Amino acid sequence: MSENKDERERPTDGVMLTHEQQRGRRARNIAIGVGVALLVVLFYAITVVRLGGVVANRTL
Amino acid sequence: MSDVSYLDNGELPRIPVAEPADYIRLLKPRVMSLVVFTALAGLLLAPVPPHPLIAFVALLSIAIGAGASGALNMWYDADIDAKMERTSKRPIPAGRLDPESALAFGVVLSILSVFTLGFATNWLAAALLAFTIFFYVVIYTMWLKRWTPLNIVIGGAAGALPPIVGYAAATGEINLASVVLFAIIFIWTPPHFWALAILKIEDYDRAGVPMLPNVAGLARTRLEILLYTLVLAPLGLAPWLLGFASPVYGFVAMAGGVMIVNIAARMFRARDAADMRRAAGRMFGFSILYLFGLFLVLVIERALHLLALI
Repeated sequence: MSENKDERERPTDGVMLTHEQQRGRRARNIAIGVGVALLVVLFYAITVVRLGGVVANRTL
Repeated sequence: MSDVSYLDNGELPRIPVAEPADYIRLLKPRVMSLVVFTALAGLLLAPVPPHPLIAFVALLSIAIGAGASGALNMWYDADIDAKMERTSKRPIPAGRLDPESALAFGVVLSILSVFTLGFATNWLAAALLAFTIFFYVVIYTMWLKRWTPLNIVIGGAAGALPPIVGYAAATGEINLASVVLFAIIFIWTPPHFWALAILKIEDYDRAGVPMLPNVAGLARTRLEILLYTLVLAPLGLAPWLLGFASPVYGFVAMAGGVMIVNIAARMFRARDAADMRRAAGRMFGFSILYLFGLFLVLVIERALHLLALI
């Protein structure tokens, strides 16, 4: 238990991001996420349009 | 053990502060909007309109491809952008974005736009888009721009290709009408950029970019601008003369052609530097209005024609 506490309190020796860097990284991550999600929707819609409604009428 | 990664030279890595808006600036949104507009004109020349979603994806892909070219241009030209007042606030010279991120962004978007266009429409359109990106980045940016005052004469082909890409996306082929639109933009480009180069002559001097006014002088540049507009004015009438635009378009092209030649002639006859700079400013502004006007009339006409078919 005390070891865990020490671990938490130990100052990090990694790169400390400034507030501006953190804000930029967060905004970039959100933008990439939204971009990928839109791409998925777009490719789904392209597939439906190109193949037409009959794509769902396949015998299993 | 530290989880800090060091660069080869022992320095800590630079952590970018760039936000999505900086990446959007890399795409040159104003150039992108003109590309979308001219590609739309090419797309609407198709005898049978594509499905609206396919048309949207085609224009989106062309826009992203153009934007990717802009990002790669800003990556390669960051050194000269920093020296020019007009471009010094771009994300890389301003220090908000590292060049490697811009390169990665440009390459990823180039590949994505070409393959999306190929999957959504056809591979001729995708190949033409890939060629446009290659031409702008490698032929114009990396080769011609710093080497010859004819940089934008040849490099202008990249900016002129979108109507051909748009038509190919809709039909799977290239036709005379789309080539005529290509020719109009191709001949329009040099007088437009030379007028800008006259206005920003000190900027280009500082950056060492051999634009025509810096290399051949102002007298030669004014003559070339006049000669190009003398070719452009009748060429602008071609869509009407060839029958794929109405007399309304013909009237707009004729009025615009007379005005652009008139501005070029005034610029040619300008007696002093201040007079010539004023005329160059008018030429730069009016050339944008001229091209926008021609394509706007064409887009409206073709859209009405296609709506009548539905």
